[in-house]
Amino acid sequence: MSAIETARAVRAGERSAVEVLEEHLARIDAREAEIHAFNLVTEESARVQAEAVDATVAAGGDPGPLAGATVALKDNMCTRGIPTTCSSKILEGWIPPYDATVVTKLAAAGAVFVGKTNLDEFAMGSSTENSAFGATHNPLDVSRVPGGSSGGSAASVAAGFAALGIGSDTGGSVRQPAAFCGVVGMKPTYGAVSRYGLIAFGSSLDQIGPFAADVADAAALFDLIAGHDPRDTTSIVDFVPSAGAVLDQGVDGLRVGVVRELSGGPGSVEGISPDVIARTNAAVEALAAAGAEVEEVSVPSATLGLSAYYLVAPAEASSNLARYDGVRFGLRVDGATTGEMNTATRTAGFGEEVKRRIMLGTYALSAGYYDAFYGKALKVRTMMLNDFASVYDKVDVLITPTAPTTAFPMGERSQDPMTMYVNDVCTIPSNLVGHPGISVPFGVGDDGMPVGVQVLAPATHDALTFRVGAVLEAAANAGGES
Amino acid sequence: MTETAEKALPDGWELVVGLEVHVELATVTKLFCGCANEFTSDPNTNVCPVCVGLPGSLPVINAAAVEFAMRLGRALGCEVRPSVMARKNYFYPDMAKDYQTTQYDQPTSIDGELMLGDGAVVGIERAHIEEDAGKTTHIGGGGRINDAEYSLVDYNRAGVPLVEVVSRPDIRTIDHAKAYVSELRDILLATEVSDAKMEEGSMRVDANVSVRPVGSDELRTRCEIKNINSIRSLGRAIEYEALRHIDLYGSGEAPRQETRHWDEAGGRSTPGRSKEDADDYRYFQEPDLVPLRPSADVVAAIDATLPVLPAARRARFAARCTVSAATIATVVERGQDNLALAAIEAGADADKVLTRIENDLAIDDWSLVSVEGLAALISMETAGELTATQTKQVLAQLASQGGDPKAIATELGFEAMESDELDVLVDQLVADNPAEWDRFTSGDDGDRKKMQGFFTGRIMAATRGQADGRAVAEILGRKARG
Amino acid sequence: MSERITRDDVVHVARLARLQLSEAEIDRFTEQLGDVLDHAEDVESLDVGDIPPTAHPLPLVNVTRPDELVESLDRFELLAQAPFAEDGHFRVPPVLGEQP
Ligand SMILES: [Mg+2]
Ligand SMILES: [Zn+2]
Repeated sequence: MSAIETARAVRAGERSAVEVLEEHLARIDAREAEIHAFNLVTEESARVQAEAVDATVAAGGDPGPLAGATVALKDNMCTRGIPTTCSSKILEGWIPPYDATVVTKLAAAGAVFVGKTNLDEFAMGSSTENSAFGATHNPLDVSRVPGGSSGGSAASVAAGFAALGIGSDTGGSVRQPAAFCGVVGMKPTYGAVSRYGLIAFGSSLDQIGPFAADVADAAALFDLIAGHDPRDTTSIVDFVPSAGAVLDQGVDGLRVGVVRELSGGPGSVEGISPDVIARTNAAVEALAAAGAEVEEVSVPSATLGLSAYYLVAPAEASSNLARYDGVRFGLRVDGATTGEMNTATRTAGFGEEVKRRIMLGTYALSAGYYDAFYGKALKVRTMMLNDFASVYDKVDVLITPTAPTTAFPMGERSQDPMTMYVNDVCTIPSNLVGHPGISVPFGVGDDGMPVGVQVLAPATHDALTFRVGAVLEAAANAGGES
Repeated sequence: MTETAEKALPDGWELVVGLEVHVELATVTKLFCGCANEFTSDPNTNVCPVCVGLPGSLPVINAAAVEFAMRLGRALGCEVRPSVMARKNYFYPDMAKDYQTTQYDQPTSIDGELMLGDGAVVGIERAHIEEDAGKTTHIGGGGRINDAEYSLVDYNRAGVPLVEVVSRPDIRTIDHAKAYVSELRDILLATEVSDAKMEEGSMRVDANVSVRPVGSDELRTRCEIKNINSIRSLGRAIEYEALRHIDLYGSGEAPRQETRHWDEAGGRSTPGRSKEDADDYRYFQEPDLVPLRPSADVVAAIDATLPVLPAARRARFAARCTVSAATIATVVERGQDNLALAAIEAGADADKVLTRIENDLAIDDWSLVSVEGLAALISMETAGELTATQTKQVLAQLASQGGDPKAIATELGFEAMESDELDVLVDQLVADNPAEWDRFTSGDDGDRKKMQGFFTGRIMAATRGQADGRAVAEILGRKARG
Repeated sequence: MSERITRDDVVHVARLARLQLSEAEIDRFTEQLGDVLDHAEDVESLDVGDIPPTAHPLPLVNVTRPDELVESLDRFELLAQAPFAEDGHFRVPPVLGEQP
């Protein structure tokens, strides 16, 4: 039963939220040990929330549009009174004194939070293997990664632990795990969803996004979490989300561009596997069959995205992660001076990948290197904005693979950072320019694992990505693709 | 203002000083959060996730702080321009995020100037917005930073809005350094941007000091002196530092560019941080805040509400009087300049008006003294109808009860003498001072004026101020015509 | 091995970032960061002319808040999360040196 359908039934008094919750908790009980989607299952507070929803219904009130829908929340969003770790030892045991805006919004909508999900430490990774509390496994094949960094939320939805998932996407961290786990995942326009209470990784890139088993649920979740928040200066003032309203509008007459540089063919970045290319081409054909006009387009600077991203994101991260110093919250490892205490705390508290990115970002910003690295990367962002603007003069949306491959075996890429980073090559450009993108499952690869196809649209045209996603989903279902 | 005469530098040396003044803005709340801009409360009570730098929190800039900063910029004659906030990265326990949100290459205000009382002009390089840090108290070891057993941190002051006003290295004398700070304080008070209390730290001065041979225009290595708590300390610190540099050059050495700490009790500067902490602040644009772009209309509206500034207010008197600049400055500083100006315009003698106000109206509330009353009183004094002592008494009553000076003088029994008594006195004086009388009757206009003053003064002395000045003038004129 | 970043650079950067690295970590990071910077050669070598930088993807400006008080945090709740609190303060080991 979809989240929308569940909420309708709960609000109508046909189902109880507690009963819905217990079903999900039972599934968690059965499989969490092998999947490890959660850092914390918040069973008790979830029961309190579910009971409150039922009580409201019993009293004739409206518990909200997501009444009784279960939500798995990535553990990098602050929850008042409930530990929030970012899957890092440096925050182990930290209990935030405030809620993230998305948490407040979802709670007000009647959603029930089943737990805080695992992630790559501070959202730095593409496999959810870089967690201080152990890796998450892909529910479809536990020998494979679920993708990352929002692997726990993606796995939760795929395993039926929760109807909905909330992740954050800095370079593909919602879309890529959605693709790997065979669910829908979406990164909104930068500024569509408030970042208040999202623990920062790359501030100019981070966006919170929805996971769901289908496009309609993802759209409903997006419509609920999006909108202006006066506590986030970078949130768009007049953004009115309306994805749910356009899902059945089809793609007849819509102009669809296939990005040459991300298509696997000549002129493309390397490393996109043939089965993924085949599924993406099939998706494009499905859109054409549904009435879309398809053409190949070029975004030349897209090939520079990976390099630019791995300068900008670590630079911002190196500054964002300075505050983990052992003074105000979280871990402290003592030292003879405050400086030594800072160093001892950070050395013990951060994992290898986080240290690597802090080092990279510090270097990219440091005296003598700023212009060559960080400064140039910011100019690449401008080039990309210009390239996308001219492409969107010709077409309405773009289609690419979500990730170059299907879910890979655990441990396969964890030794060489660069091979891991290449995972994000198709998703990164939209983070650098702040545009929305959705990943929708479209059949399986040679290994039987799901393939995700990505739909990109211009800034604030988030609804359009869902609309095209709905057509892809229908085509995939009709073709027995998923 | 000058407490001790300035000691000149040894022959052949010239002082080169630039000042950086941190000004606390008089907002209700902090720069990036709604906590009170008030830090005398119990420690860590005016704090929230934003100003303690908790993970996930985001800044939102205070509109009033931005307005104050622009107002100050315009008052300093700066160009107020589009600006962005930046992060200055360094670890320090009272810097909650371990970076300071400040402005770097795009400050709010640039290229202004400050004119001192004697007409000297000091260039203003920039005036930028930034946040204050918290407060660290060193416990044990006599409270000295490097001997402390441990330290305690209070974040009440963290995030308090500041404007840092950076002068050009245009200051050549200690007196000018002091006058600069005093003038800046007057402007802050006049614009109501800050309460500008140096002793309470709401105005903090750092001095960049170097010396050079007279006649050279090189800029030699400077040292930045911090912890200067009064205008007097500023003078001492600059003098000490300049002599230290001259000594070093004298012995074939050179000062090292560094930050030094002024030790008021010891009367010397000591090195600040160790050389290990070479500054590499890795500035970059603050991604959590968006640019500030004041429109021409906004700047024009600020200009329209700017008060007439102290320098302009002082200048209004310059052409009308011969009293010292200090007298004018005092009257302006006390806000009595409009009263003085109106009284002068109503016909009262300018020098008398200003000195009477300076000496005899040093009170908190002078609202009962009307322009007409003051002008009439000063005219009575000038005309010799009242002695100085009587004038003071009448003014005191005017200030405490209001009323008409003539009526008050009558009430106090300050009657002018009868004219036949005066006739006798004048005859006597003429007989005793034939040379003066000759100058009065046959000299030029200057002589006549001087001698009229001479005879009037003698008569006033003889009558202890009881004589009516106009009557004396009338008798003198009549006798001269013979 | 890449020559883009030296061992000394890595040591310097680690000090700026307040991280202590073992000798093996210094070697490993020197190599790995070099690989990433090698990859970034496409960006570094780019002739970007006078293209302006984009620090922020959205063209938002002048977003401010009114100068109005908002309730502060409860000190007890705040200090409950401190690794070491004393007398209403956060306590830290001795701090060497002034604020820069
Ligand atoms: Mg400063
Ligand atoms: Zn605050």
